[in-house]
Amino acid sequence: MEPHQHNEKCKEVFALLSDYLDLDLPPEACQEIEAHIAGCAPCIEFAESLRKTVGLCRQYQPTELPAPLGQEAKAQLLEAYGKMLAARTNRPG
Amino acid sequence: MERDTESKLARQLIAGETGAFDRFVEYFRPKIFQYSWLMCGHREDAEEVAQETLLKVFESGDQLREPKKIRSWVFRIAKNACLMKRRKSIFAPAKEFSLDEFLPSKHQDGGQVRMEIADWSALPEGEALQSEMRELLEKAIRELPEVYRSVILLRDIEELSTQETAQILDVSDDVVKTRLHRARLAIRQILDAYLRANEVEAGGKRHGTPPAQ
Repeated sequence: MEPHQHNEKCKEVFALLSDYLDLDLPPEACQEIEAHIAGCAPCIEFAESLRKTVGLCRQYQPTELPAPLGQEAKAQLLEAYGKMLAARTNRPG
Repeated sequence: MERDTESKLARQLIAGETGAFDRFVEYFRPKIFQYSWLMCGHREDAEEVAQETLLKVFESGDQLREPKKIRSWVFRIAKNACLMKRRKSIFAPAKEFSLDEFLPSKHQDGGQVRMEIADWSALPEGEALQSEMRELLEKAIRELPEVYRSVILLRDIEELSTQETAQILDVSDDVVKTRLHRARLAIRQILDAYLRANEVEAGGKRHGTPPAQ
């Protein structure tokens, strides 16, 4: 059994993995990656770990919440909103 | 679905419908705050960015022609507001990642060269993130250099497209893709190290990946 090295093909796949996971590659490049990965356990594992990383980012929700909107800040926003509506209403056409 | 909700909110806001202002602020204020908090690193900056962004949205709201683009419009304004808050501690020094630093390291195990990759298969999918993992992910994102953090926040956290992210950040699509890949690799590496440390702690020490059959 050949020991696994970072051979050139693995490195090529490694460089394109995000594009691959985002379905952002032309079909022939996808097929090439799939053909390599099918026979390369470390690449499968690595691709899987990157896919899960992206999944975790997508699930992530920050827990920090802003303090409630103060009266002064709200009044400032409402004033700007009022002007915006007036500008839209008065716009010709 | 989120996108539909957002463009509906924007349309109602523009039309001046009753309650539209409150709904818009309630929806977008925490979103802008959370993005800015991860981007700026300071609560007080994030509060200010949220207010300044909403103000700017209303001030220039008469220019919003396409409600379905509201999310990228809002985040573009928020990104600029964050840049104004730029603090050296979090925005500098600029560091460029090279791909090679994220290749898993190898070690000799008997006659085999194996890759150091944790066992990710046990990591549950589609479930709420456990608090330890969540905190680790948050820390990993916050510690990314700015150019990578800005891309991963917009692409993977806010789920904007490559093109939208490129427009917001004033860079090309290719730059977005390159930075996104490196940002993901950097985060993967941190999570991988954590998972491996846990394996060792649990006594189930695994020496990397089994060789291909």
